[in-house]
Amino acid sequence: MTERTALYAEHLAAGAKMVDFHGWDMPLHYGSQVEEHHVVRKVAGMFDVSHMTVVDIDGSEAGDWLRWLLANDVAKLERPGRALYSAMLNDEGGTLDDLIVYRRDGSWRLVVNSATREADLAWMGSKLRGDVTLTERPDLAMIAVQGPAAFLRAAAWLGDTAEAVQGLKPFGFLEHGDRFIARTGYTGEDGFEVILPAKAAAVAWQALLAADIAPAGLGARDTLRLEAGLNLYGQDMDETATPLESNLAWTVAWKPAERDFIGRGALTQQRERGVPRWLVGVKLEVRGVLRRGQQLYYDGRMVGELTSGAFSPTLGAGIGLARIAADVDAAELEVDMRGKALPVSRVKLPFVRRGERV
Amino acid sequence: MSNIPAELRYAATHEWARLEEDGTVTVGITDHAQGALGDVVFVELPELDIDIQAGTEAGVVESVKAASDIYAPVSGTVIAVNEALEEAPETINEDPYGSGWFFKLRPSDTAELEELLDSEGYGEVAEKESH
Repeated sequence: MTERTALYAEHLAAGAKMVDFHGWDMPLHYGSQVEEHHVVRKVAGMFDVSHMTVVDIDGSEAGDWLRWLLANDVAKLERPGRALYSAMLNDEGGTLDDLIVYRRDGSWRLVVNSATREADLAWMGSKLRGDVTLTERPDLAMIAVQGPAAFLRAAAWLGDTAEAVQGLKPFGFLEHGDRFIARTGYTGEDGFEVILPAKAAAVAWQALLAADIAPAGLGARDTLRLEAGLNLYGQDMDETATPLESNLAWTVAWKPAERDFIGRGALTQQRERGVPRWLVGVKLEVRGVLRRGQQLYYDGRMVGELTSGAFSPTLGAGIGLARIAADVDAAELEVDMRGKALPVSRVKLPFVRRGERV
Repeated sequence: MSNIPAELRYAATHEWARLEEDGTVTVGITDHAQGALGDVVFVELPELDIDIQAGTEAGVVESVKAASDIYAPVSGTVIAVNEALEEAPETINEDPYGSGWFFKLRPSDTAELEELLDSEGYGEVAEKESH
């Protein structure tokens, strides 16, 4: 039996093709995932991301605990209303999950992946210290509104807070009534994500729909995040890869040196010995579609494989993320596609930023 | 429910075949197939003038979801391919039985057409897959 979000009936009403996504009945698309992709790049779309797991963290020692739990340093969040992206590592430096941590007034909130929900909760529960408590919030829903016209179209729904929301810096957030609104997203476009009571989600969805914000499904979400060069947990990173092997070195806070965090020793050792593999962007130089699992070759040697692959609607080309041996510095590689060797080039990420190819 | 025109013949692998007045056979993929694939983003057409056997691979359709082989529903010589699909593969989603056609064959044995499914038979195949 799959779980349903508070917006299940709205998805059916909008003509969604529903799929089982890690135990959740979620919309894949509402007719055309390519059109939904373009709408988000050019205007505004919205995604039901209520399947994601919200965990509230309380306790006077919560801040210190998070500084130990996460590879990024929540001490960078100097005041409430700011959020941070981080990896959560095991002792070997492997990536248990990626998440966003929000500093609230006197408490903290995490949003973690739904596919890793049980493992994350078990891990965090086993690491609890002092007076720190975890409270999962299945009573909340989450909607991501993304695209260059996201704020303009959502202005009426945002009401009194419209100006304050638009004034948020990336990774800033505010709380107003029962709405928790952050300037974050997973598309490479401007926009916001709102966390709100599940019982208020359908009314919000309908209001945003009436404001000409198009529903977009998991299919478009995947191609948008890939164009934006954003990793997907379980594909581009997992327990077998460190952040240094996942193009996430920027999320590891090495300073201050005295801060201990889970996985720090293993990461330090890997950094000193040399990182054996990188995660890089690749683009197919002939027409076609890259797919996860396809192997890459250089000079006849298998040097890695695609961790994500898709057809980029914005570029009109096959793109992907690939984990390749760090000693390969060639810009041109070959991909084995159904037995044919086709040319791919390494591309600096992201592929697309704010609607434009980079 | 997908559209399955009564005047066409079908392969269980989701191709349709239409016998034209000039004796050639036009081939494409069904409405059910394009719906199941989702947005088509790439096609690999067969080469002109090659001979293909019924049931063998004649090309590839790639959608946002997956790559699917296209099989020749009957044997024959490829006499035309729909090159417009290379620039506008979404035509397969928009008009699978019309401008989304894939290739034309000169059949080596028109009797093979009779071995294909009729619309009712194909409807059962599509129905089973939908569940």
